[in-house]
Amino acid sequence: MTDRSRDLVQGTLEMLVLKTLALEPMHGYGIALRIEQVSSGVFRVNPGSLLPALSRMERAGRIKGEWRATENNRRARYYMLTETGRKALREERQQWGRQTAAINRILEA
Amino acid sequence: MFGNMIGGIRALLRRNQRNVEIQAELQTFLDASVEEKIRRGLSRDEALRSARAEIGSSETVRQKVWSVGWESAAESLWQDLRFALRQFRKNPGFALTSILILTLGIAASVAIFSFVDAALIRPLPYQNPSRLVVLYETNALGPRFHLSWLDYVDYQSRNSVFQSLDVYAPYGFMLRTPNGPQPADGARVSAAFFRTLGVTPVLGRDFRPADGQLSAPRVALISYAAWQRRFAGRSDVLGQTVVLDDKPTSIVGVLPRDFHFAPAEPADFWATERADGQCEKSRGCHNFLGVARLNPGVSFASALADVRNIGLAIAQQYPGDDHGRSAFMMPLTQVILGDIRPILLVLLAGAALLLLIAAVNVSSLLLVRSERRRREMAVRGALGASRARLIRQFVTEGVVLAASAAVLGVALAGVVIRLLSGFLPKDVLASMPYLRQVGLNVRVLAFAAFVALAAGFLFSLLPALRVSLANLRDSLSQDARGASGTVWRRFGSNLVVVELAMAVVLLVGAGLLGKSFYRLLHVDTGLVTDHLATLHVAATSGAYSKDPDEINLARQLHARLQALPGVQSVALASDLPLGNGDGSSNFRIAGRAWPIDHNDVLIRDVSSTWFSTLETRLLRGRYFAEDEDQSHPLVVVINRQMATTYFPGENPLGLRIYIEGNQKSLMEIIGVIDDVQEGQLDDVRKAAMYRPINQYPENDVAVVLRTGQNESSVLASAAAAIHSIDPGLAVYDPITMSQRLHDSPSAALHRSSAWVVGGFASLALLLSVVGLYGVVAYSVSQRTREIGIRMALGAQRSAVYRLILREAGWLTLAGIAAGLLCSLAATILMRKLLFQVHAWDVPTLAAVAITLAAAAILASFLPARRAASVNPTEALHAE
Repeated sequence: MTDRSRDLVQGTLEMLVLKTLALEPMHGYGIALRIEQVSSGVFRVNPGSLLPALSRMERAGRIKGEWRATENNRRARYYMLTETGRKALREERQQWGRQTAAINRILEA
Repeated sequence: MFGNMIGGIRALLRRNQRNVEIQAELQTFLDASVEEKIRRGLSRDEALRSARAEIGSSETVRQKVWSVGWESAAESLWQDLRFALRQFRKNPGFALTSILILTLGIAASVAIFSFVDAALIRPLPYQNPSRLVVLYETNALGPRFHLSWLDYVDYQSRNSVFQSLDVYAPYGFMLRTPNGPQPADGARVSAAFFRTLGVTPVLGRDFRPADGQLSAPRVALISYAAWQRRFAGRSDVLGQTVVLDDKPTSIVGVLPRDFHFAPAEPADFWATERADGQCEKSRGCHNFLGVARLNPGVSFASALADVRNIGLAIAQQYPGDDHGRSAFMMPLTQVILGDIRPILLVLLAGAALLLLIAAVNVSSLLLVRSERRRREMAVRGALGASRARLIRQFVTEGVVLAASAAVLGVALAGVVIRLLSGFLPKDVLASMPYLRQVGLNVRVLAFAAFVALAAGFLFSLLPALRVSLANLRDSLSQDARGASGTVWRRFGSNLVVVELAMAVVLLVGAGLLGKSFYRLLHVDTGLVTDHLATLHVAATSGAYSKDPDEINLARQLHARLQALPGVQSVALASDLPLGNGDGSSNFRIAGRAWPIDHNDVLIRDVSSTWFSTLETRLLRGRYFAEDEDQSHPLVVVINRQMATTYFPGENPLGLRIYIEGNQKSLMEIIGVIDDVQEGQLDDVRKAAMYRPINQYPENDVAVVLRTGQNESSVLASAAAAIHSIDPGLAVYDPITMSQRLHDSPSAALHRSSAWVVGGFASLALLLSVVGLYGVVAYSVSQRTREIGIRMALGAQRSAVYRLILREAGWLTLAGIAAGLLCSLAATILMRKLLFQVHAWDVPTLAAVAITLAAAAILASFLPARRAASVNPTEALHAE
């Protein structure tokens, strides 16, 4: 597995985070772990891109963060989806669907 | 958007808390990651190491999170600003010098621009001013002469090109006040005058057509300034009665605050012209100027053609009064602004040159400085600052420089504007009412902002270019000064040549204007102007309405004033020399065939003492005597211009002439005097005749006193002496003849432009010489090692002097040569402002070249001496 394949397709990180948070509120590491597991290790998200992305989405009002206790009784910042975030996720999924379908058509033509 | 801003501000205000939060979040991330790895079977140490490796530098993460919001951009801008200020504080000489230079440049250009704005940019206060024209009649003397009332009526009924045509005539009213009659400035206009201009009174009503009728009660409009000054701005001014020229007149309206009409200003009272006057009934009394609004769709040229035809037809129809006359038109804007426009444009060009010199000077200072900072930039580059980041630093510094200079410059401009307005005599300012609005308004501030922006752009561009041109890594090694030093030296020298050339242009301009002004003041006026005091006396009451009364009054005036201590002689006259040069009529020579086309002559009625008091020069014949009054044959003295124009090659003495329409009053020419300048100093000489005032008595006369002592001290006692004859006499406009000379509009305009351009030129001289000094000094500092080697190899000190001075000499020579070429082009543009001086006046050009060369030699001598005193051993060690 080369380094390159671990990079996310540009601009998709936010959509993946939104999707991940759509299930339940999570903290940063939880999000990273989840994305890595679900993608069977193809995507790895490091805090250097995850935390700025979370900060950006929080500034845009798509997610809300609050400090809570974890299952091991540590304090962590949990993020949850807002109504705006839910709408944004729907729109980005549709867009993504259209784009990948188009790309596939081109590649298979 | 809003949340974004709030979030940003909150983050900035609570930076520490935000940092702690980011740190804590990273920590939980790390902890969770470590736990996860331990769960997968790694030892605690291994898990920690691997987790740290994955996360990377926590500082980078923090930076990235911060850079999400706009606040980080603001943050780094603030850092740049603080760094720039620190840089300036570290090198206050540089910062102060550049800000001072730039402030001067900006102040000069902003101040001049505010005048340009008030006069040329702000529209005149009329509706659609570009459609307004002034109608004149031409005669053999020139194109801009007056119309008679009856001609005006004809133009009005016959033309098909004007929406409306009205007339105006400036007029001095006598206003009855508790302290006796006082002259009050005003104008008389036809009833629809203000409607033609498209001006509505702010208070009361405009004139109605009926107001111009003979039987109508007299009414007047007053200017806004007169309302404030004479009536304290009270609203009950409407309907109040003032006594103008002994006739009760009621005030019906107040004109708008920003209204002005320069051709008739200053004017407090505006009254309607009435067709009942002597002048209005005579076609030969040319006393009015027309103002008209062109019909929609009619071009200026076709309107001019139309009125010209009407004028020619009138002249043909009334050969007795209008022989040789025709019509002439000028756009009203040109009539009002035509004289001031070339002056302002020359001043603006001068200010622009000065600003350019200032900018070039600061630019070269900045370049020298960026040269010195090469190492600093290289170090910052090596430590990871991106090129964009370094350039942004220069941009910040340039903008800070330009912005502070702009703020100071605008403040200074405010002072300069007040000084310049104070420069103009009150009368001159009154005739240029549009200058009342000079000040720092929105447009002027926008101009200042634009200049600052352009300067900021220039100042950031130059050093930034320098950074991107130079190879940063090379600059780290101390000895890499050779190549880039040369590049700068060439560029810097080119800048200095430009600066010197512009200084030459300004100096030449100032020299020519100064010389014009000198020539103007020393023009031969035909009289001896020092020790002359003048004032006006007007008798308005009915007691002096008959000729014998007026003559009697004149004799009393003469006797009382002659008795005053210090007064050597007294003269009375209908008009003073150095005035407006108006008041001409047509004359004929008795017994000579019609038509002499050039038969217009100024008429002045003067007392017999006038010639000796003014010390005029008699060329032929004699002056008239005191007893040559109405009981004696009519006589006249003519001037040289009249003799050479109308009696070329013959002796005019003994010939008889008469004023057109007055065939019975034949006057014998008894003398010829050298020309006395009746009009402005720069006016052309006009034919004039001088008649005995005892044959043509007046009730409003000018008095001239020749004094043995200081002439202004006599004026007060003269007024008292006149009032002792009759307290009801109006005494006004006391002024000495030399004040008249110096404060005359032409002298004032020449003087102010000469002073202003002179001021610009001295600043330019200073700045360019300082610039030259900077370049030569820098070059010496760069060549210390070379000079050391030369001297070690046996070069004499004189050779070192030659080396440096030759470099400076070439720059100076190139600058002066380029400047002289440019100034030839520039001065041709200002030809209109020159008086009896050619644009290529050789002495001025030579004087400028010598001045600049001398200053340049001085400026380069100092660094040359430093170079020659270099100690070879030290110079070689220093590296």
